[in-house]
Amino acid sequence: MAYFLFFLLSVVCIASVLGMIISKNQAYSALFVILAFTCTGGFFALLDAPFIAVIQIIIYAGAIMVLFIFVIMMVDVRKGITPEKKKWTSGFASGIAVILFIELIVALKMAFNPLNTSSSQAIGNPSDLGYLLFTKYLYPFEITSILIITALVGAIILVKKKEKE
Amino acid sequence: MIPLSYFIILSLILFVLGIIAFFVKKDLITQFLSVEIMLNAANLAFITFSKSASALDGQIIVFFVITVAAAEVAIGLAIILLIYRQKKSIKTEDIKSMKG
Repeated sequence: MAYFLFFLLSVVCIASVLGMIISKNQAYSALFVILAFTCTGGFFALLDAPFIAVIQIIIYAGAIMVLFIFVIMMVDVRKGITPEKKKWTSGFASGIAVILFIELIVALKMAFNPLNTSSSQAIGNPSDLGYLLFTKYLYPFEITSILIITALVGAIILVKKKEKE
Repeated sequence: MIPLSYFIILSLILFVLGIIAFFVKKDLITQFLSVEIMLNAANLAFITFSKSASALDGQIIVFFVITVAAAEVAIGLAIILLIYRQKKSIKTEDIKSMKG
């Protein structure tokens, strides 16, 4: 059952990322990416991280992607549809990316053997996560809240139109 | 029990697809979306290693990555909107005033 879920989710995830690369319309790209992020939430649930899975679906696939879709609504999408001129750069980039993939596989091959001998005890209990967040990681947590409020104010000030010009 | 190396390989595939999307696409919003895909691939690797070590610290880091990504998206989309107001376009070909 878990195998079936894993392969189903991974096929949907990779197919939706490919669809995002292929589609010419940015709104469709954003919707494909939402599908990919939802599948990633499924992987997190398979890996004993239920809290992170819910966060992934609510915040990432919900809130952050809604921001993207709002901005896509505001800009003129049709200008992006014209075909690209420089075709060789994309082929070159794909070649380099495949080389990077092989390199990463070779680099991580050592890590695969200890990975598979993990204990199957359940981790990721939300109460344990909250305890760790407010004891060991208290300072990063508070600093993150300052970062969020700074980003919010910064975004509003950047986009705000000047009063008189 | 699924072997954890499958998840690592899947996260590598997602990361490489994100890189390819970043270089193939020619408009700012889709490139920004591919950066988000790369962040997600890194998150998947973090959760996998957290499961492998039976420690919760990887999940905490993913939590922080998601919040930082939210801040990054807010600022980045504001900058994209500013560029669109100035240039009336979000294609990277039109943004080359630094090229000389």
